[in-house]
Amino acid sequence: MMPTEPVEPKIVAFVCNWCTYIAADTAGVARARYSPNVRLVRTMCSGRVDPQFVLAAFERGADGVLVCGCHPRDCHYTSGNYKTLRRFLLLKKMLAQLAIEEDRLRLEWISASEAEKFRKVVEDMTDRVRRLGPLRANGGD
Amino acid sequence: MNGEEPRIGVYVCDCGFNIAGVVNVPELVDYAMALGGVAVVREYKYMCSSPGQEIIQKDIRELGLNRIVVASCSPHLHEATFRRAAEGAEINPFLVHMVNIREHVAWVTKDRREATEKAKALLAAGVARVARHTPLERREAPVRSELLIIGGGIAGIQAALTAADAGRRVYLVEREPSIGGHMAMFDKTFPTLDCAACILTPKMTAVKNHPNITLLSYSEVVSVDGYVGNFKVKVRRKPRYVDETKCVGCYECIEQCVYKTPKFPSEFELGLGKRKPIYIPFPQAIPLVAVIDPETCIEFKTGRCKKTCVEACGDRDAIDFGQTEQVIELDVGAILVATGFQVFDAARMTNYGYRRFPGVFNALEVERLAASNGPTRGEIVLRDGRTPTAVAIVHCVGSRDVNYNPYCSKVCCMYSLKLAHLVKERTRAEIYNFYIDMRTPGKGYEEFYQRLLEENLHLIRGKVAQITDIPDSAQEEGKLIVVAEDTLLGIVRRVPVDMVILSVALEPRADKEEVRRMLNISCGSEGFFLEKHPKLAPMATMSDGIFIAGACQGPKDIPETVAQAEAAAAEAIALTSKGFITLEPNLAYIEEALCSGCQICIPLCPYNAIELDREPMVARISDVLCKGCGVCVAACPSGAIRQRLFEDEQIMDELAGVLTR
Amino acid sequence: MAEKPKVAFYWCASCGGCEEAVVDLADGILEVVGAVDIVFWPVALDFKVPDVEALPDGGLAASFINGAIRLSEQEEMARLLRRKSKYVIAFGSCSHMGGVPGLANLWDKKSIFDWYYHKAPSVEDGGGREPRESVEVPEGRLELPAFWDTVKTLDQVIPVDYYLPGCPPTPKLVANAVGALLRGELPPKGAVLASPRALCHECPLNDTKPEKLLLKDLKRIHLTTVDPTKCLLAQGILCLGPATRGGCEALCIQANMPCTGCFGPTDEVRDQGGKAISYLSSILDFDEASEIERALEAIPDPVGTFYRYSLPRAYLRRTREVKRHA
Repeated sequence: MMPTEPVEPKIVAFVCNWCTYIAADTAGVARARYSPNVRLVRTMCSGRVDPQFVLAAFERGADGVLVCGCHPRDCHYTSGNYKTLRRFLLLKKMLAQLAIEEDRLRLEWISASEAEKFRKVVEDMTDRVRRLGPLRANGGD
Repeated sequence: MNGEEPRIGVYVCDCGFNIAGVVNVPELVDYAMALGGVAVVREYKYMCSSPGQEIIQKDIRELGLNRIVVASCSPHLHEATFRRAAEGAEINPFLVHMVNIREHVAWVTKDRREATEKAKALLAAGVARVARHTPLERREAPVRSELLIIGGGIAGIQAALTAADAGRRVYLVEREPSIGGHMAMFDKTFPTLDCAACILTPKMTAVKNHPNITLLSYSEVVSVDGYVGNFKVKVRRKPRYVDETKCVGCYECIEQCVYKTPKFPSEFELGLGKRKPIYIPFPQAIPLVAVIDPETCIEFKTGRCKKTCVEACGDRDAIDFGQTEQVIELDVGAILVATGFQVFDAARMTNYGYRRFPGVFNALEVERLAASNGPTRGEIVLRDGRTPTAVAIVHCVGSRDVNYNPYCSKVCCMYSLKLAHLVKERTRAEIYNFYIDMRTPGKGYEEFYQRLLEENLHLIRGKVAQITDIPDSAQEEGKLIVVAEDTLLGIVRRVPVDMVILSVALEPRADKEEVRRMLNISCGSEGFFLEKHPKLAPMATMSDGIFIAGACQGPKDIPETVAQAEAAAAEAIALTSKGFITLEPNLAYIEEALCSGCQICIPLCPYNAIELDREPMVARISDVLCKGCGVCVAACPSGAIRQRLFEDEQIMDELAGVLTR
Repeated sequence: MAEKPKVAFYWCASCGGCEEAVVDLADGILEVVGAVDIVFWPVALDFKVPDVEALPDGGLAASFINGAIRLSEQEEMARLLRRKSKYVIAFGSCSHMGGVPGLANLWDKKSIFDWYYHKAPSVEDGGGREPRESVEVPEGRLELPAFWDTVKTLDQVIPVDYYLPGCPPTPKLVANAVGALLRGELPPKGAVLASPRALCHECPLNDTKPEKLLLKDLKRIHLTTVDPTKCLLAQGILCLGPATRGGCEALCIQANMPCTGCFGPTDEVRDQGGKAISYLSSILDFDEASEIERALEAIPDPVGTFYRYSLPRAYLRRTREVKRHA
């Protein structure tokens, strides 16, 4: 491997069952093409995403974490995504203190019909995280 | 985990060439063999088929498997299939986990190597996760047999009749004073040129007479609470100011209204005809009951009307100015949404002159002109009473257009041809159809088209650029000129006509967002309500117990609408026929010994499913109200709340798995 | 005559408060001293390291080690005591989770040395000298322990049998632990010797919480007046009680101070800060990002607030890159 080639990032996406997972399925049906770096972990609602999952993901080798749910007012469970938003904002504030770049943790609202948005978000995130380089949380300890 | 070691069977599906053509399945199989806990790995062409399922069942029995991973398509497609297969082999269905390597890998990854690596990561994650699964039992909840149908067009009417004939109590809620929807406005229907009223009115009457149907007209659904099998619905009954139980539809009140002639634009006639403040929308209305519009009625506006209507009603005494809005509550087991469509507002295309030029109409308005019960008694005439000698019909107005709606509205070519025929028949005018493609796919549709080709219509292939009243020559004086490229001849034509009919798109209704939120269903990218799966569950939605049928799901003709209505009714009946339904077990639960009574979880539940038990100061989750969103699980500061099938350990192991490569 | 069990107390990167806690046993200390033979306690007794090295392996019934590990000497001592002890008990927040010294993981050796030996306003111009691991002086070669970039918990360097949480552990918990040890009634290894439930369970203000605990703003303790009769969290004060293991009888709350999390999380939670972030933000009753961010302005230092004692134990236990010193 040439030293100048960027290392391919690993990105974990926590997606909700009703909106983003369906959007990803629909992107598949439409044979959208996107980078394979983003791996999906499904929960019923984005509100199930414990900040510990995000932190553990970074610790275990994720270079980026994407959290996706339904648009505000559209949560299948009415208000789960608002809790996700609240947690995400405080978590982001904390991660900044650990010098983890903004682009590594991203929150996106992707509805079931937004297959194209899913594809775009995956590509954009992969691109940004690739340019940031590997995270190596904890200094590779 | 019951102290038993996991013995995991991994089943990789080729899905024909869908997966095998991109993912290196043999390599994936080898990889899976080396994963912890895996007892057997198999590859098969179509795992979801009967032989595929039998392979799994045989392995369960013969190899003592206690966990199954199927690497194939989306769980939204076949999770239920494989769970059932497992149950058939007598292992708990929740010991089955699916890994999506089709929609999320094979169908979206170009490079074979990358696809295979991604599949390996997802498979490792799935195997690690399933090792943590434990047997779970589905809960049963009682289910009501009553059904609510929202929308009284042909879809709602048909669904109501089907369900009522099956012995169900049906509540049919319709926002307008009469049922019938758009079909009641049509003159003839394609391809047979049946009179719409002739086929619709018997069904409307059947609804009125059916003992099992409660018709709530001039009413709207305002809130839906509860869950499948036990919906609590609030319906707002708007005041007609006429007592429905007393009015016999004799029209006397309307005849005797102080307004001697109708003065106000009639909604049913799309403003082409007039009505009085007290009116019945059309003579075949069901219910045949008058309604008073408080915006135009003198009694409401001044309080000093002679009220000749009351006098005319006599001792039937049906008029009640003091009537108020009522909100009633209904308990139903399932809801069917049949709210229909609206037509594209052609005024948005300013180059077509709709609402600017009096000679420009949309197709629905022309249906009213053509209808024998319409404002012109079936005469196709312009607003000034003249009969047109040349008529242009413009296809695809608001459809197949990146500026408005990208989709094809499916029915417009047919109704444009139908209107071409009707207008020609009634006016002997020259008819010019400006089309992009002629789409006539249904049963008898191509034959209809062929018939019409013999009627000397002028079919011009080209999108209309502009409709103008500025003449270029003497022949164009006083006419509307349709400017379009005739692509088959390769020239731009200017066709002078007296009347232009715009074949407008079918769109989702303007209030689709409010309705969809109220019902907790989704809209697709075009704005129509989203079906659960276009092939496997076209009438269901993501919310259990809520079905959709007819044009609210997408533009379609009447035969398809009726078919969908019957299908949705059948689904609703099936769902509510056993007296109980089984609910998925992915609920949140509290380990009481760990709960500190901190009460953080209580305000977070969208369903108010968590309560504080002050003796012994712990929180408790109702498993009837819990929907399994998991918000409380993530928030619980001491980790006392868990979620079945979405335990922290299961998700963490899945997470570790996806990061292995 | 039956020999009394031998015990050792040792301190690593700590403030001395845990040593104080032993003394805080007050009269109880005489019972302890009477029941055991303290063979090593640098702060109080004159035994030396060679005395410990001379003991047989496993000869110590228990070593109570407090303080975090960030010097090579601390690791060496931890390993020595582990070899020599039947039970090693991590005493106090620092050895349990890294403690307050763990917050040094927001920096590294270079930035710490730069500040403390060169740039801090209180440094007299010392000619740029800083401690080095090995230096020649007229009397010979002086060796100092290596100073690591990252502060570690005790169990990140040696296997630990039990944990006595707290900053410091309360006298009651210490007495219970020592008593259990002497009676041979210890729970399964790895246990944290305090309550299995979070602090709210034993807090006297818990039942004053409103029906729906939702907050419209957060208040910093020094900028508000505390109503001592109502749950502090319900008043908008940042109390970490819900995310903190109990067993301390809510001493801080009873002194009108919110819990800062020194007992660490419950057994079910690995990352205390993560859960604290989760519950506290979840009950902020706003749905718009701008309003949430405005409320979060009351938390200028999330790491210091939520990981005050537990940063080395968290999933992300140090900064990736050192920020400029405040």
